[in-house]
Amino acid sequence: MWQLRWIIKPIVFAACLAPALRLIAGVLNATGVAHIDGISLGADPVKVMLHTCGRWTLNFLMITLCMTPLKDLTHSVFWLRFRRMFGLFALFYVLLHFSVYLLLDQSGKLGELWQDIVKRPYITIGMLGLLLLIPLGLTSTAKAQRRLGRRWTQLHRLVYVIATLGVWHFWWQVKKDIREPLLYVCGLTLLLGYRLWKHRRSLAQFSAARIARTDAA
Amino acid sequence: MRKRTATAKILPSEITPRDRYLSRRSLLAGGLGLAAMQSVGGLARGAFGQPPAALTYVRNAAVSVTEAANSYQDISTYNNYYEFGTDKSDPAANAQKFRAQPWKVTIGGEAEVTGTYGLEDILKPHALEERVYRLRCVEAWSMVVPWVGFPLGDLLKRFKPTSKAKFVEFKTLYDPQQMPGQRSSVLDWPYVEGLRMDEAMHPLTLMTVGLYGKVLPNQNGAPLRLIIPWKYGFKGIKAIVSIKFTERAPRTTWAISAPNEYGFFANVNPAVDHPRWSQASERHIGASLFGPRRPTLPFNGYAEQVASLYSGMDLRKFF
Repeated sequence: MWQLRWIIKPIVFAACLAPALRLIAGVLNATGVAHIDGISLGADPVKVMLHTCGRWTLNFLMITLCMTPLKDLTHSVFWLRFRRMFGLFALFYVLLHFSVYLLLDQSGKLGELWQDIVKRPYITIGMLGLLLLIPLGLTSTAKAQRRLGRRWTQLHRLVYVIATLGVWHFWWQVKKDIREPLLYVCGLTLLLGYRLWKHRRSLAQFSAARIARTDAA
Repeated sequence: MRKRTATAKILPSEITPRDRYLSRRSLLAGGLGLAAMQSVGGLARGAFGQPPAALTYVRNAAVSVTEAANSYQDISTYNNYYEFGTDKSDPAANAQKFRAQPWKVTIGGEAEVTGTYGLEDILKPHALEERVYRLRCVEAWSMVVPWVGFPLGDLLKRFKPTSKAKFVEFKTLYDPQQMPGQRSSVLDWPYVEGLRMDEAMHPLTLMTVGLYGKVLPNQNGAPLRLIIPWKYGFKGIKAIVSIKFTERAPRTTWAISAPNEYGFFANVNPAVDHPRWSQASERHIGASLFGPRRPTLPFNGYAEQVASLYSGMDLRKFF
């Protein structure tokens, strides 16, 4: 399927990169390096960068988690071909999010970073989510997948924990208006709920089949 | 602070020196001009560049900071005003059609002179000053803003608060028709703020009507708002319609909303963190992208003038 490799995937890739490119354009504008019309990071550029990268991390975690349900619904494995790319974009945006926080917001002071991680629960859980996502990124190659075999699937189930930590991290730092984090909570509940439902159904089918087998014997 | 004697039969408010009279005229004319522009409809909507009416004022350098003020654009497009939405760009987007005149303010509670007054009568006797103050938001960002206004204490004295008046309570207009944010229950409406009497009478406390020498833009709290420069920004209640002298501390909106996070006093204090984030430093709006955060100063840099108001108080407890 050359179209997938040479046309569809590059288009999806470019679309995933668009929020980051927009931020870079905004930074060029804010620093006076360039004057690109219609792009502004507003009065508090660091906050906009933090929030944009944070939101897109959550978005990509959600999109990644949508691929399996879409496969089941459409009876097509087409979706699974994008799962790794979306997962890696989640990692990309969370690393950007962290870099902006450390380098721009905290001016690269590691002491302050450590203070924040220890003292602020929302940063503790955000940091934990970021750290857990790294091994998933490192084992995302086909080779690692082959080598780890069944353990790969087990390891990558961590994404459920990571997505939960990410949404929690967002929820905990909102001043008052929880409508947006609530949307992510709903999405996540749906996506994780679907997996739970599928798991219980397959367990039931498995034991039904086993009972049928024993009966036949 | 100017001293006024309460012995004269003629209310101080009835005597209007010429310069003040003129400043009031220009304010009114400005207000009318703004109203006229708004009646043109679409023209005024969403346009921040429109010239609001100019005010007549004297610059008060003694209480002004020397740091460069933030741009009019930043100040008028980036602020919290939940009555118009919870995003910091919402007020500028949603307040353009707000009618800041005619305006009435009700004075009540423990005072000899009470009643409902038109904004003109409230402002009439007061000379306007420009004061460049630091503004520190509880969300750990800051600005420097050239406000135009007059000492709140001068206004309050006109109503002759009685000995029972220990606090002053302020309320924002409640009008969900005009203030779309009030249609959601994100906060208890109307917004209520309060000050202890000595805080209200402190010469730094500014009854504010202007920004950058012009009538306050709607999104910044027109036509009448408070600025208490040593407190977190949320204490600076906007679009005030009620001032009430009370014997007990008023229950204020953010303290009702999250009592463990926001207190009645809300003095800027780098030593007392918000439960979820640090208050030790702040991101200065308009600073270089790669510039460091600034250390937050006790009482936002006004400790010399106001720290004595709180001597003997445990500021960790009364945050």
